[in-house]
Amino acid sequence: MSRLAAPILRVLLYEGPESRPLAAEYRVDLLRTLLERGFPVSCVRSAGQFDALPNSVLLIAGDFEREPPAAGPGVRFQRLSGSDPARTADFADQIRGELALERPGTWKPWFPVIDFARCTNCMQCLSFCLFDVYGVSASGGIEVRNQDNCKTECPACSRVCPEVAIMFPKYRHGPINGEDINTEDVRREGMKVDISALLGGDVYSLLRDRSARAKSRFSKERDDERALKERQNCLVKAGAALGVPAEVLASLPNPEEIRERAEMAQRRARAVLEMNNARFGENSL
Amino acid sequence: MGGPTRILYCHCAYARIIAPEVKSAVLTGLASLNADWDSVPDLCEMSARHEVAGLVSGGAVRIAACYPRVVRSLFQAAGAPLPPEAKILNMRTQTPEQVLQGLLQEDE
Repeated sequence: MSRLAAPILRVLLYEGPESRPLAAEYRVDLLRTLLERGFPVSCVRSAGQFDALPNSVLLIAGDFEREPPAAGPGVRFQRLSGSDPARTADFADQIRGELALERPGTWKPWFPVIDFARCTNCMQCLSFCLFDVYGVSASGGIEVRNQDNCKTECPACSRVCPEVAIMFPKYRHGPINGEDINTEDVRREGMKVDISALLGGDVYSLLRDRSARAKSRFSKERDDERALKERQNCLVKAGAALGVPAEVLASLPNPEEIRERAEMAQRRARAVLEMNNARFGENSL
Repeated sequence: MGGPTRILYCHCAYARIIAPEVKSAVLTGLASLNADWDSVPDLCEMSARHEVAGLVSGGAVRIAACYPRVVRSLFQAAGAPLPPEAKILNMRTQTPEQVLQGLLQEDE
């Protein structure tokens, strides 16, 4: 099962009827501790029926006036009586472990987010990505399908988007971080051309050719260390242009695989564009 | 719009893009609120899991997170587009006072 489909534990901090209010400082510390350990927390002051949301288990924690009900399917209770927020978080961790739920924080959520108000479905991103992050919906639209395939800290696809429509929320700088787009950013068509010119036309060709050259030298010289260095050096230019971290470049597959994946991605993008053109007309998207 | 105003706070727990003092002040302000509200460790993660719809259904929506363009797109990607009148406060650029004021002001 994908980590994104695995159930998670949510905490409901209950301070409604039949419970005593928590001390203000303790409440803040508890909230912070639970959030930093990766648990979603709902603060509830009103009475009501609380059901576990789909795909999650609910831990209801509070300073209950009476003994809380026994655990039921998808719901657990914890009486808060101490003053150490870490104990509650430990208890939540314990339940998570017992139920084999997803451990929060094991994945840094880094993936592209598409601004559909700008996206024109040109499929450049689908064509560019080697890691199968993008997919196409039943209606022929681009979508981010495999978020956890994305390479952490790599925003390269956002730089090839001609519409500045791809954001990485955790990126430091705008407009990739989702900042409003200004007129300078709107020189986006040029941005794409500049990258293309800089890299001599096709980024994957560049990677392939340079890696091949490095491989050739490697075969002549049989020097593992030097070959590795060559490979890294040849990728620096592409990395600098697209903002790809060195770790991601170093983990790229071999040149043959890059070629195959790039061709496959380009075929998919072409097929989708042809399908969309046939369905909606040339300029409809 | 029916139902009480929903407030959602994103702690952005896995990155250092929101100043800790801003998060701390907003969290402290919300914790003193005598109303129901929700918080998530990371809104991006919840969007990727398609688990944001239940957090904002019902009434008006106010969210403390990051850039509005991102937040709206995260909800749209998860199949739960925000209503146009949803108010999004940006903890990357606004002060805690501005964020809390936006979250807690009386319904117009």
